[in-house]
Amino acid sequence: MTGTRARRDAIAVMLLLLLSATPLSAHVQPGQTEGFLTGMRHPVSGLDHVLAMIAVGLWGAQLGAPAIWLLPVTFPMMMAVGGFLALIGIPVPGVEIGVGLSALLLGAMVALEGRPRLVAAAALVGMFAIFHGHAHGAELPPGQNGLAYSIGFVVATGCLHGLGIAIGAIHRWPSGQVALRLAGALVALAGAGFVWRALA
Amino acid sequence: MTRRTLIVVPFATIAAALLPAPAEAHLVTTGLGPIYDGVTHLVCSTDDLVPLIALALLAGLNGPIAGRRALFGVTAGWLLGGAAGLAAGTSVVPSSAAAVSMMLFGALTAASARLSPAIVAAGAVALGVGHGWLNGFAIREAARDGLAVTGIVAAVFTLTALVTAFVISLKTPWTRVAIRVLGSWIAAIGLLTLGWALHTA
Repeated sequence: MTGTRARRDAIAVMLLLLLSATPLSAHVQPGQTEGFLTGMRHPVSGLDHVLAMIAVGLWGAQLGAPAIWLLPVTFPMMMAVGGFLALIGIPVPGVEIGVGLSALLLGAMVALEGRPRLVAAAALVGMFAIFHGHAHGAELPPGQNGLAYSIGFVVATGCLHGLGIAIGAIHRWPSGQVALRLAGALVALAGAGFVWRALA
Repeated sequence: MTRRTLIVVPFATIAAALLPAPAEAHLVTTGLGPIYDGVTHLVCSTDDLVPLIALALLAGLNGPIAGRRALFGVTAGWLLGGAAGLAAGTSVVPSSAAAVSMMLFGALTAASARLSPAIVAAGAVALGVGHGWLNGFAIREAARDGLAVTGIVAAVFTLTALVTAFVISLKTPWTRVAIRVLGSWIAAIGLLTLGWALHTA
């Protein structure tokens, strides 16, 4: 059995066990399982967050290396900064507008296949990440564990980026490039709707 | 049927048969003893587990020498810290140490920082002493058996060895990038955890 095969088998078994796991409901630290699941659910429960996260992945896939991994690294770290500001009580004005704008502008970048300098792309993604973190990072129901919530929240956000990158893999085909741009336009359209709702 | 199938299928079947079911009681009441309580503590306590994984990822990215030094450094540090926490009965380490560890080691992993083995080892010892001290103090405060520290330390050694060796074995560029992304996630979790600590305070 080769090393690659052995590793593949090990990963398959690990995934099987992971997907079949049930909550450890009586550990001494209360609220851990609930906090993790709440954190996992939170990013996927809001369409604005989902679309913006997927757009980050799509844009990264369009831009290729090193943006394909730099943008998903930038986002969670800056999102945590936004969450941190919310937790210590520092307000960020226009959070909902910022969240809507993130979908609008990131979708537009995908639709136009915008290729700014890497620093500018990371700055744009990082700035919007602060709004997302501020809006969602501190919404912990009472009695649940903050660390577990944070783990779930960050992991779910990262998985959405991964989903965007996986979808963005179609960029290698000409028809896929058109489809990606179309998807970006749809995200931008939805973002315009979010901004409209936030301003209304 | 190939030899590989003969190995994988029974293993997967046994694994599926042993799927975890909800634990209805903590290990303390199962009679497995303090050492197993300690082992389980590490696996179930994310505030110890996540920083340790971050350290192992960083050590693995820095190569086998750094990995070996981190492995023995964190284990020895955890043992010393645990013993000191048990003996002292007071906590000189702030409870936000976990958040700081996650931020530090997560950010260094995300940046794929090239560090000398001595620096990685020093970080490992510091992490071990800090978290070990908190564990030892908590065990004494809860009037539990101090042997639990040895279980924790055994789990620390095993987990660090496995994660570090896994990262060192990664050769293709994208797999190392994946480790860096994981580091960024841990740094983000650390910052949010620090926020929760300040928020609660």
